[in-house]
Amino acid sequence: MSHPLSLLTTAPLSARVGMGVVVAYGVLAISAPALAPYGETQIVGVEFATWSAQHWLGTDDLGRDVLSRPLYGARNTIGIALVTTVIAFCVGGVAGLVAGTLRGWVDQVLARLVDVLMAVPSLILSLLMLAILGTSIVSMISIIALIESTRIFRLARALALGIGMFDYVGTARIRGEGLSWIIFREILPNAAAPLIAEFGLRFSFVFLFIATLSFLGLGIQPPAADWGSMVRDDATLIAYGQMSPLIPAGAIALLTLSVNLIVDWLVHQSSGLRN
Amino acid sequence: MTAPLLSIRGLSIHAPAPGGMTEILRGIDLELQRGSILGLVGESGSGKSTLGLAAMGYTRESLRVSAGEIEFDGVDLLRLSPHQRRSVLGVRAAYVAQSAAASFNPARRLFDQSIEVAVGRTQLGRREAIRRLIDLYARLSLRTPAALGRRYPHTVSGGQLQRAMTAMAMVTQPDLIVFDEPTTALDVTTQIEVLAAIRGVVETSNMAAIYISHDLALVAQMADRIMVLRAGQIVEEADTRQMLRAPREAYTRSIWAANDFRTASKAKLGPEAEPLLDLRAITASYGRSRVLSDVSVAVHAGRTVAVVGESGSGKSTLAKVIAGLLPPSSGTLVFEGHPLAASYRGRSRQQLRRIQLIAQSPDTALNPRQRVRDAIGRPLAFYHGLKGPRLVQRIHELLAELDLDPGRYAERFPGELSGGQKQRVCIARALAAEPSVVVCDEVTSGLDQLVAQDTLKVLDRLQRERGLAYVFITHDLAVVRAIADEVIVMKSGCIVRSGFRDDVLSPPYDPYTELLLSSIPEMDLDWLDRVLARRGGAH
Repeated sequence: MSHPLSLLTTAPLSARVGMGVVVAYGVLAISAPALAPYGETQIVGVEFATWSAQHWLGTDDLGRDVLSRPLYGARNTIGIALVTTVIAFCVGGVAGLVAGTLRGWVDQVLARLVDVLMAVPSLILSLLMLAILGTSIVSMISIIALIESTRIFRLARALALGIGMFDYVGTARIRGEGLSWIIFREILPNAAAPLIAEFGLRFSFVFLFIATLSFLGLGIQPPAADWGSMVRDDATLIAYGQMSPLIPAGAIALLTLSVNLIVDWLVHQSSGLRN
Repeated sequence: MTAPLLSIRGLSIHAPAPGGMTEILRGIDLELQRGSILGLVGESGSGKSTLGLAAMGYTRESLRVSAGEIEFDGVDLLRLSPHQRRSVLGVRAAYVAQSAAASFNPARRLFDQSIEVAVGRTQLGRREAIRRLIDLYARLSLRTPAALGRRYPHTVSGGQLQRAMTAMAMVTQPDLIVFDEPTTALDVTTQIEVLAAIRGVVETSNMAAIYISHDLALVAQMADRIMVLRAGQIVEEADTRQMLRAPREAYTRSIWAANDFRTASKAKLGPEAEPLLDLRAITASYGRSRVLSDVSVAVHAGRTVAVVGESGSGKSTLAKVIAGLLPPSSGTLVFEGHPLAASYRGRSRQQLRRIQLIAQSPDTALNPRQRVRDAIGRPLAFYHGLKGPRLVQRIHELLAELDLDPGRYAERFPGELSGGQKQRVCIARALAAEPSVVVCDEVTSGLDQLVAQDTLKVLDRLQRERGLAYVFITHDLAVVRAIADEVIVMKSGCIVRSGFRDDVLSPPYDPYTELLLSSIPEMDLDWLDRVLARRGGAH
């Protein structure tokens, strides 16, 4: 396979669209304070105002601007999802690679621990742990990262076990190389493609998970804006034919779809399939 | 003379490549009569498999026929619609692939998958198809044919599977059958049985056959005529007997001579000579199954010990024991006068450096994500602490020593190298450590004859220049004959014979060594007949 950057030029249209949307979300999230006409929690008018020149998308149940809030919400939702996914990858990926490379008792202990965590349905586990730790952004990030890291652990371990069978890893072992060289120089470069694809997939799941928790009122706490709780707050408006709740819901759907368009292409690339 | 069954005229096949098309075959003319066997010979990449498939009107996906015609029994296959072609493929023209083990569906019984084409696409009924299969199994010297067909592929040996696949190809009584390296994946001893069976059944059924192999000696046993291919073009075509007697082209002669390479004999060592590496009474197991029992090997500086045996004889396990990848359950290793830890983890860096392993498959021995310079540079940096310009200089020296142009190859990834080049990079990487013992595990078995011979020559030169000791693991007695100083013959984990090359490889033989030796195909038209006659009723 050629250099990762040169791959970008060969990306199909679907992947390019996905990348375009993801980049646009990033730009919007970063520049939200400059773009948003009003503040994140600022009450700027009457409740449930319809679309107008002042408020392009109307106002919500407290009279906050429905255009500004999703823009700020992007920072919270995407930012937290990104941090969570990165932590999950660092923890789960490294643990999985170590387990798959060392094998033996290290592998057994880690793998059984992961089995225990995976045996409990993730929503129930997270509700339980949020009840114990309390609802804060830090505890939410750590809980979701822990839950997601078990899935990544499995993938990374399987990859390390498979790649560890190749003679070049054996050659590095009998050269006397240390664990970190074997993991980061021999195994990781060959496991990178499926792991990157998994990153995109996990990001979508984490993102949906946060939205789910927020919708249940356990995620990002008001008055901070985030897409999941905005859907919940405005859900009743659907009954009155209002578009407002569909905007954050659509934002979630579009980002998930775009990430998956990119992931599909990366999976295709890493699997070595053609056409 | 009757019209030929198959006639190919001016066939050219292209493959799309970056910046245009690559020519796989160019201007091939070929004629094949019923009842005759054509041998196709050439190194890998010469286009022989592509030609074999094209003879049935089939091209691999992504390949394109750019010119020519393929006339099969009066019909141009290239003009047929895909639907019409299906009445030829698998029915009137059949294909026997290189690895039967990989080609059979492991989840279905042999009978069920063998009659699929016959029952689905011809008028043949299931009962009749199975009756034919049983008959073919018997003609292919498979024992208990009815019981065999009810078994699953993984419960049947490789040699039996290859014959079962031949039977599958013949159920529909095709006019043409293409054998693509049907015995390459088999041991030499099994190969003979399969060759004899295939030849017998083809001779008695009035079909035409194309027999593809990189091994001229094998093709000579099977074919009436031989066509030598190189880079998609015909080098030479002639009657087998004539081509063996007087090959016209220099290239053909060079393939002929590939088996003639011999290293110079070295002076015999006295019993007082101290071995560099000494394995004493090694016993090793995978889980419960014992793969080595009581094996002792002494390796001397500047000498080559060849370990030879069939697959499953434990010879690759021996390589793993020496490298420390499989700690033996009993026995001791002594290296340069000091005890050597059983596991590589317990060995000192100097010990690891001085024992290097070159693995069997160059495809998996090089990290696909590391450039050649990184693969060779790592042992230099790791063991010798080389950095910067000195490191680069040493990498270039090593590449040059293995006849690889540093300017062209240092920056490449393994995927951009041929099999022979990869194997050279592996050798360079082992040499970078400056070892005293190099364990070579089947280093030539994945390579074409000419490339293999070049590799052996390089290894021999390096041995003479650097006084290296080799432990050379191989199933190929021709290789042993070429490079060994001492030979160890292994069978089911035990040493059955050991000694100097000339002693082991000349009479009187023990029965197993004789069996192995007589199984090496010889460049002689009547070799197979002689071997079969000598073995008499053994098969």
